[in-house]
Formats: sequence, structure tokens, C-alpha cells
Amino acid sequence: MTSKKDKPLSRSTLAKTPTGIIGLDELTGGGIPAGRPTLVCGDPGCGKTLLSLEFIVRGATQYNEPGVFIAFEEKSEELAMNVASLGFDLEQLQRDGLLKIDHIHIERSEIEETGEYDLEGLFIRLDHAIKSIGAKRVVLDTIENLFSGLSNQFILRSELRRLFQWLKEKKVTAIITGEKGNGLLTRQGLEEYVSDCVILLEHRVSNKISTRFLRVVKYRGSVHGTNEYPFLIDSDGISVLPVTSLLLAHDVSSQRVSSGIPALDDMLGGQGFFKGSSILVSGTAGTGKTSIAAYFADQTCQRKERCAYFAFEESPQQIVRNMKSIGIDLNAHVNKGLLQFHASRPTLFGLEMHLVSMYKIIKKFKPQTVILDPITNLITVGSVSEVKSMLIRLIDFLQAEQITVMFTALTLNSVVSEQTDEGVSSLVDAWLLVRDIESNGERNRGMYIMKSRGMKHSNQVREFIIRDFGLDLMDVFLGADGVLTGSAREAEQLKIQAGHVLRDFAVGRKDKEIERKRTVLEAKIASLKEEFESITDALNKSYVEEDLRNEVIEKNRATITDIRNNKNTITDKKKKGR
Amino acid sequence: MDTEEQTWELRLYVAGKTTKSVTAIANLKRYCEEHLMGKYVIEIIDLLVQPQLAEGDQILAIPTLVRKVPEPIRKIIGDLSNEEKVLVGLNIRPVNR
Repeated sequence: MTSKKDKPLSRSTLAKTPTGIIGLDELTGGGIPAGRPTLVCGDPGCGKTLLSLEFIVRGATQYNEPGVFIAFEEKSEELAMNVASLGFDLEQLQRDGLLKIDHIHIERSEIEETGEYDLEGLFIRLDHAIKSIGAKRVVLDTIENLFSGLSNQFILRSELRRLFQWLKEKKVTAIITGEKGNGLLTRQGLEEYVSDCVILLEHRVSNKISTRFLRVVKYRGSVHGTNEYPFLIDSDGISVLPVTSLLLAHDVSSQRVSSGIPALDDMLGGQGFFKGSSILVSGTAGTGKTSIAAYFADQTCQRKERCAYFAFEESPQQIVRNMKSIGIDLNAHVNKGLLQFHASRPTLFGLEMHLVSMYKIIKKFKPQTVILDPITNLITVGSVSEVKSMLIRLIDFLQAEQITVMFTALTLNSVVSEQTDEGVSSLVDAWLLVRDIESNGERNRGMYIMKSRGMKHSNQVREFIIRDFGLDLMDVFLGADGVLTGSAREAEQLKIQAGHVLRDFAVGRKDKEIERKRTVLEAKIASLKEEFESITDALNKSYVEEDLRNEVIEKNRATITDIRNNKNTITDKKKKGR
Repeated sequence: MDTEEQTWELRLYVAGKTTKSVTAIANLKRYCEEHLMGKYVIEIIDLLVQPQLAEGDQILAIPTLVRKVPEPIRKIIGDLSNEEKVLVGLNIRPVNR
């Protein structure tokens, strides 16, 4: 949006003067026409004076362009007092020579007209004021008061024409304010003199909620947003909200952010959501939407990123207390300045105001994550189509800023309708649905991912459990009677566990038997071995015996042989001895 | 009315020597001579020379005649061509009537 402003202006483009008013410069592509008068018109109390004064003050403080404010209605002290609450110190600016307020007062009762006259006095005063501070900006608020002070319309009209021509020659950027008239933009038809740029301010009350709107009716020689844009007057002055960037051309990130619930991340391809995407969590009452949102906030803050939490239903303290019961301490993040709660009743102001105030908070706080809890409550202040258009703009803005946003939405009927949720389901990138599953006399939460653009995601219904230590997702059991949740699931789990135990037992018994058989077998093998060894022994014994016997026989024979030989000798001896 | 004793302080604002200014000055002098002989002071201020003075008397139209004294302040704008209106506006009782 701001890139338009930064572009060097080619000769053919109209030079523009930035107003410094948030949003208005984006809307007009850089500001109001430089060196030309612009008409700002509207009903009483719609902020004409403030807009023009802010133009002067911002010019003086931000763009170093001194300005002259010609007040036909209020005195300079009154003006200073009125805008002191906005932090504009008019007295100081006047002392610094950046601002000159000239109060022009016309008292009809004091004035008698006779003969020809002109408004040269006004020109001279204006000229003097411009010259004295070298003004680049001029405001005439509101010049129509001249018509009530002076009766000669012909003179007035011709002088006004001359005035606007004169302002152009002076090359000052001027804002002329005018009251809205019947069927005309201004009561005195000023638009016929100021034809370069006309801005209309309106103040409308619908559903007992008042909203101010700004519309650029005409901007000669420039493209501009033609819609009605809501604007907000608060402590920072005026902010217009042109969040409808009609192009779908924002950058995307393939970075992922965790949802804070590991099991949910698993369902989302194991990594969680895309950074800068929009996530819708919808479900019936009491299904834990806020808990999911709080977990996401907690996760964001744990990554040391900032998170803005817009609550439309509960007060911050209430949310903090409630979330403590499921094991997250949001207060710690609040104290560290990572988490900001902004709780407001939806009926506090109109939808557009909500949008503007959110826009401002987001611009200021620069969070990485934004949570809106719940968007359904906004419907109390607007119709479905209005809420949708607001959310489109919000999502658009957040995506351009690469901010991840999570909405929660209440679906009123228990039948899951695929097209509820303020019709934003088509806008969001990821849609989680938390629903009741009622069976066996109890109510359980089931969660599934309706859609998740650009990533693999589980198609399974998971049971969503809230416990003291946090949220978890469980696989649901598909039994014979369908999906089992809650105690039915636990019963099924127990049954399966029992089965496991029995089987384990049976297996154990068989194992033991095998062991025993093995022991028996091993014993048998041992005895056979013994037998074999005894046989071997027996065999060996017979061999030895045989050997021994042979040996003995041999020995005996030798002995006998010896003996025989000896006998002879003995006998020989005996013979000899005889 | 005790206008007889008072001195009239009149201030005429003009811008340069335009026809309207010249006419107005001439007209004013004539009326004063006629009706306020010796009891008036006329101050002519040329805003082209002293533009800062325009603010004080809330001057818009040129020429403007301001009656400072007697109070209350009255303003008459225009070239003062209508004598009756001027006299009524200044609350001057015509002498020769």
C-alpha cells in the first residue's frame, strides 16, 4: 500500500500532499492534491474540523509544512482545548511558528451592508497569515459561515470562486470544510468551486451503534478507493481503515508454526500450521475452542513471539484462570509482554470500529499471532454479510502482515453444517472442527481437520481430551458399533489389554512346556552319551585284556623257553657236579 | 441620544486605491462633514500596507467602516453609497432634516 507513495512521481501524475492521517494516504494513493483545494464535507459532528486540524498538525509535526487554520466557527483557544486530548499542543506549535490559527468572526447584527464591497480583507488576512509562517497548508473551517454573516450572495459566490483560484495560485494545499446540505454535498454548493478532490464524511447509526465513514467522492486525476471506509477518532486522532486491498497478491511463507498440541501437529503433517495462515476452530458450545486457542497463544509466547488475544466473550482474568486449570500459565506471558489481551464487548461499538481498533492494536503491537475468540459474538452487532466482509478485510490485512490468525466460532446447531461460521470457512486456510460425539450416555469431543490448504493432513476423527495437564488427541476406536469414544473407548482398550494378558499367559505356558521338553531331551541325550561311553569303555577294556593276555602269553612262552634252556644247563650242571 | 457631546471615532479599512475604496472614503468624508461637523475622527487603514491590523477588527470585506466610539461597535461594509443606510448603521441623527 505504501509503495505507491514511495514511487517517484512522473510528470504526468498529480503531485500529492500526504495528510499524515492513518489510512487516508493509502486510500488516496499518497494524500490530497498538492497545491489545490480539497473539500471535506459532512454532517455536524462527523469530524470535519478534527480531520482538517489533524491535516495541519501532522503537516507541521511530521512533514515540516507550516499551516494556517482559519476558523470561522471556533476560537483558537477553544480549538486548542478540543484537541488537547489528542495530544496536539496548538499553543506550542503557534509559538514555534509552525501553525497560525486565525479566528474569523462575523456578527450579523454588527454589520450593515451598503453598496459594493469585496472580500479583499479575507484575502489580505489569509495572505498575511501564510506569509508570516511560510505556510504550505491552509484550512478554512468552515467557509460557509460567510453565507450566514453576509447577505449579498452574488458577491460572496464570485469572491469564493476568486478565493479558490487565489489559493491555487498561492500553491498551498488547502482543505475547505462544508456542512452537508439537502441533496447536495454542501449547503452552499461549494463543490462547484472545489472540483479537484471531495471527501465526504458521514456518521451513521445502525443497530443503535454509530459509525463514522469516509468516502472519497471525487479525486480528479488520480485513482482512489471509492468505497466507504470507516474511521475512528481516538486518542491518536483519526484513523481510516482501508484494509480492502483488492489484490490477492500477498507474500506467503512456507514456514510452519506449531499449534501447541503435538498430536494436532501430527495430524497436520507433523509440523503444524503455515505461518501467516488463517485458522478457524469451530464447534458447539463447550467443545474446547478457547482451550485450543489458548494453547496456540501459549505456544507462540514460548517461541518468544508476540500474540494479541482479542476476547469478545470472557475477560482476560477469566481466561487466565480457566486456562490454569489445564496447565498453562498465560499470566506469565502477559507479564513478559509477549501476550496482550484485548477484551471488549461486541456491542461496545460497531463492527467497523472493532476492525479499526484491532487494526491499530496490531499495527502497534506487531504480534506474530492474533486470536479472535469468538467471532460468532460479533454477529450481535452486524449481519452475517457484514461480519464476513469485516473478516475478509481482517484476514487480508493479517496475511499481508504475515500474521497467523486463529478464529474460534460457535456453531449453534449440533448438526455439523459445512457452510456455517459466518461464511468465512472459504476464506480460511485451515479449518478445525471440534464436535460432540454422543453415545453410550456420555458426551465426548471429537476433532477433525475439515481442510488445511497446502499440506498433507489426517482425515481421521480424533478424540479430543482435556486433562489437568493439557490437551491431547486420541485415536478413536472403530468398533463393531462404529466409532468409540470416551469410556467406550477405554472399555475397548481394557478388553484389548485383557486379551494381551491372556495371550501372554498362554504363550508363557507353551514356552515352559518347551523348556521342560528340552530338559527331558537333554537328559536323554546325556544318558545316551553315558551309555555310549560305557560301551566304548567295555570295548576298550577287552582290547586291553587281549593285549595283556597276549603279553602274558608271550611272557610265559619266553619264560618256558628260558626254563627249558635252563633245565638243560641245570642238568648239565648237575651232571658236571656229579 | 447624547451624540452631541461625543467625538466619533471612525475607522475605515481599505485595500489600496481601488474604485470602491476611493468611493467609500469620499462618501464617508462627505457624510461626516454634513452630519458630524467637528465631532469626528476618521482613521483610514490601508490593509495592503498594514495587513496585520485586519485581525483586530475582524475585517473580511473591503471596504469596511468601523464605528469604535460610541459603543457598541458597528460595522458597515460596502462603498457607503447609500447614505440613509450608513446613517442608520452608524446611528447618526441627520442634522438637516
